[in-house]
Amino acid sequence: MQADTTTQTLDINGERRTVCFPSHHTLLEVLREECGLTGTKHGCELGECGACTVLVDGEAVLSCLVLTAEVGERPIETVEGLQDGNALHPLQTTFADLGAAQCGYCTPGILMAAKSLLAHNAAPSRPEIREALSGNLCRCTGYHKIVEAVEGASVLLRGEAWEPEAETIYGHDVDS
Amino acid sequence: MKPPSEAVAAKPQGERDFRLIGTPFRRVDARAKVTGQTRYADDLSFPRMVHMRLVRSTVPHARIRQIDFSRAEKVPGFLGKLTGEALPETFGILPVSQDEHALCPDVVRFVGDPVAAVVAVTEDQAIEAALAVEVEYEPLTTVASIEEALSTPEPRIHDYGVEGNLHKVVSMEFGDVEPGFEEAEVILEDTFLYEGNTHLPMEQHSSVAVPEDEGRLTLYSSTQTPHYCHRALAKVLGLPASRIRVVGTPNGGGFGGKSDPFNHEIVAARMALDLGRPVKVTLTREEVFYCHRGRHPVLMALRTGFTKDGAITAQHLKTALDGGAYGSYGVASTYYTGALQTVTYDLPRYRFDGVRCFTNKPPCGPKRGHGTPQPRFGFEIQLDKAAHQLGIDPADIRLKHLAAPHTITANWLKVETIGLRQCIEKVVEGSGWRERYGKLPRGRGLGLACGSYLCGAGLPIYWNHMPQSGVMLKLDRSGGVAVFCGESEIGQGSDSVLAAIVAEVLGVDLLDIRLCVADTDLTPVDLGSYSSRVTLMMGNAALQAAQRARDLIASAVSKKLEIPASRLVFAENRVFDAADPEQGVTFQEASIIAEALHGTLATTGSYIPPRSPGRYRGAGVGPSPTYSYSASVVEVEVDPDTGLYEVHHVWMAHDIGRSINPALVMGQVEGGVYMGLGEVLMEEQAFRRLPKRLSDSLVHKMPSLLEYKSPTFHDMPPVTTYLVEDPDALGPFGAKEVGQGPLLPIMPAVANAIFDAVGVRVDQTPIHPHMILEALAAQANEEEGRYGPTAFPEVDFGETLLVPTPEQGGDGRAINSWKEQLRSGMRSSTGTMTTRDEALSNKKGALTT
Repeated sequence: MQADTTTQTLDINGERRTVCFPSHHTLLEVLREECGLTGTKHGCELGECGACTVLVDGEAVLSCLVLTAEVGERPIETVEGLQDGNALHPLQTTFADLGAAQCGYCTPGILMAAKSLLAHNAAPSRPEIREALSGNLCRCTGYHKIVEAVEGASVLLRGEAWEPEAETIYGHDVDS
Repeated sequence: MKPPSEAVAAKPQGERDFRLIGTPFRRVDARAKVTGQTRYADDLSFPRMVHMRLVRSTVPHARIRQIDFSRAEKVPGFLGKLTGEALPETFGILPVSQDEHALCPDVVRFVGDPVAAVVAVTEDQAIEAALAVEVEYEPLTTVASIEEALSTPEPRIHDYGVEGNLHKVVSMEFGDVEPGFEEAEVILEDTFLYEGNTHLPMEQHSSVAVPEDEGRLTLYSSTQTPHYCHRALAKVLGLPASRIRVVGTPNGGGFGGKSDPFNHEIVAARMALDLGRPVKVTLTREEVFYCHRGRHPVLMALRTGFTKDGAITAQHLKTALDGGAYGSYGVASTYYTGALQTVTYDLPRYRFDGVRCFTNKPPCGPKRGHGTPQPRFGFEIQLDKAAHQLGIDPADIRLKHLAAPHTITANWLKVETIGLRQCIEKVVEGSGWRERYGKLPRGRGLGLACGSYLCGAGLPIYWNHMPQSGVMLKLDRSGGVAVFCGESEIGQGSDSVLAAIVAEVLGVDLLDIRLCVADTDLTPVDLGSYSSRVTLMMGNAALQAAQRARDLIASAVSKKLEIPASRLVFAENRVFDAADPEQGVTFQEASIIAEALHGTLATTGSYIPPRSPGRYRGAGVGPSPTYSYSASVVEVEVDPDTGLYEVHHVWMAHDIGRSINPALVMGQVEGGVYMGLGEVLMEEQAFRRLPKRLSDSLVHKMPSLLEYKSPTFHDMPPVTTYLVEDPDALGPFGAKEVGQGPLLPIMPAVANAIFDAVGVRVDQTPIHPHMILEALAAQANEEEGRYGPTAFPEVDFGETLLVPTPEQGGDGRAINSWKEQLRSGMRSSTGTMTTRDEALSNKKGALTT
């Protein structure tokens, strides 16, 4: 059976491009395969892990559960669009500094979910961060560095200075 | 942009001993990871690339009658197929367990065992073609558990092993335990069950095989062990290893689950060579559950004698492992369930009996802690019970009887530094243990436990005299340093450790270091990311290579500037006179001077661990250059009406030797705590039989991320971490491991905390609320307030190997080994009778798992 194909113009990270793809393909598949934007990951393709999270119209969606055809020309944001030129987004800065990305596989999805959170809530509490990210699984970090990184990014985005707490980096009661 | 070498936080106190070591620099791969630029295996794409799918068994144990591709071949885009007879050579990670076929030629042994492969132009077409392959099976009796394996010798799942469905038995006694038990004032006997669970890396395994010019092949794969994958490919494909290149891509998490060579890697390679096109295979999440190689379910019987002050007089541990359908690392796992009991507390006499069974389930193997979390769970709970019975504080029973540093244990492991005392003191102080333990209101409790882990296995998986890790440096007039090493980055930060050690020694910025890793064509062999070996072994190799490069450059600069080489300092991208820092050159100028004097600049470093003193059969499992130590206190709240409980706080102290990069060490500690909590709170590999009308098959109950419960952001309690730094002379800059150790104390600490909260014991994992309720109900009935297994099966462990301890004046050998050797000579792997000498001469590889 030959799959039906669809030709559609997508708005990805502010760039419009026309792609042709099998009509049943999800946004995840089209981003990774037709567009070559492999930063968005898959971990289950059933909406269970959050690795494929991208923003559509600024809202976090699981791209493995979204048919590309339903997106239309609404703006799509992926991890590749987070940077401003060569400058990292504050979320990327704090994730890098704290080691909130270890294997890094869940990171793109978590960054996008966090971006959506910070767009709605400029100063989220830690419970609010955990709630917003609770659909994203990470097997490496134990989550704390991620929560601290999102909190740190919210500080930076508000234009304030941020530096990680010593206990976060060195542990408690550091002996020399 | 902040360069990676800029510290992300100021060190709170104390003077820095080193420029980079001990400073929380940004990971060298951080930018790629937060920008989506890291190329994992499934992100790779090549011109003319096609897609492969494996057809996996739908029944747990059966003979393959027929495989019909006629419908599959009609699927548009279909390109090729493969079945087992095309790849008859067996493989397996251990030399003693070469029991896997790339595709099952005759018998399938678990639901998920691969029987065929198809390749098509697109992934969708490959999926459709795979679904159209019809396989006819003739069912065989299914073996589902340890008990069934022991009671069902026929049909045998494999025709090798001890007998029936027993894969491996081990029995050894270090010192005579009976006098120890006679001397004991209290003897505790317990049975424990540690359920199996899986790694669940976020990245599904993926490989791309690319045929290159005349019969050469490159395999890109998400593997923790490119070197072992390389060996398996050469063996099964029948190609010289020199014509195969394996490139380990950054792993999206491993935890032990990507350290075996896998069917899909070998089959994709064969298909690529057959079709002359790059072939990609990416497993579905369901298939990842079938690949497994995760934590063995282990049933344990633990008998320990104590004096009134809590000293251990003797211990006898019996373990029974549910190995699943193949050998994998299982022989080593079996030894590991007994090996590390001796390294934490003084244990003068010790006996260990272990058995691993084959069952028709996905094969078990190494998961974070490899074989040691299960007995550690039992040991630390039993110590808690002993402390209660003897009226000693659980912290004190441990503190009073710690193993001595720089000694040899009863089972001949050489231990070096032991930071366990400081670890226990830290978590006791931090948690307010002395004020709060045993005094919290009902429903709240504290539990304490400890653990220890290897810093790399002392012996390689296959017997050889070569280095376990090699590092090569290339320097030139650019001032840059290229570092080549076979290590593989699985998220733990090995790339950053490698770069930091070289940068520290040569005094250059991290941005001036270029890494080339995990490439069997281009990099010296490093055995891979397993057994917490990388920081210590690769680190020492890197240190040697960098020191040799420094010496080369120093000799040239010394000659040119007429400054004694011993006075030259390498720091801040300069080489200068310690006596007069103004006198010197930039590192780039120094490289030019050295290249002009010596010619092209390259150095190597390698690492072989010190020889272990144990000489008995099985002594190859357990030795490590040094061991890390951890202690934890966990606080829980238990609702006695529902059994629901919550972990409120974890205090964790880890003896790291020295942190190369404390930010990364903290990440490993928190990640280990998290994974331990997952194992004790919820994670389990559960299986069930389908109803008779649906084949009576044994199937995985939850092969999906939704059904296999793992902790989310909501489940993770606050963690207070303490890093205990006592540099160990055998580690690079004194560093020890951190990837696995911090997981070990968590499970028993939670069980002990539940006891403190509500006064009942749950002697198995995961601890579900109903277990607490049943234990409480039993207690209310004036029965023992306990939930857990009650019996250990009868097992013939064979003749016990008798090994006198160092204290008894032993020499590391067994005193009855000739009998044991004779026995194994008569039971050769092929089932034929062989002479003892023949058997011994063939056993080289078998002794060093």
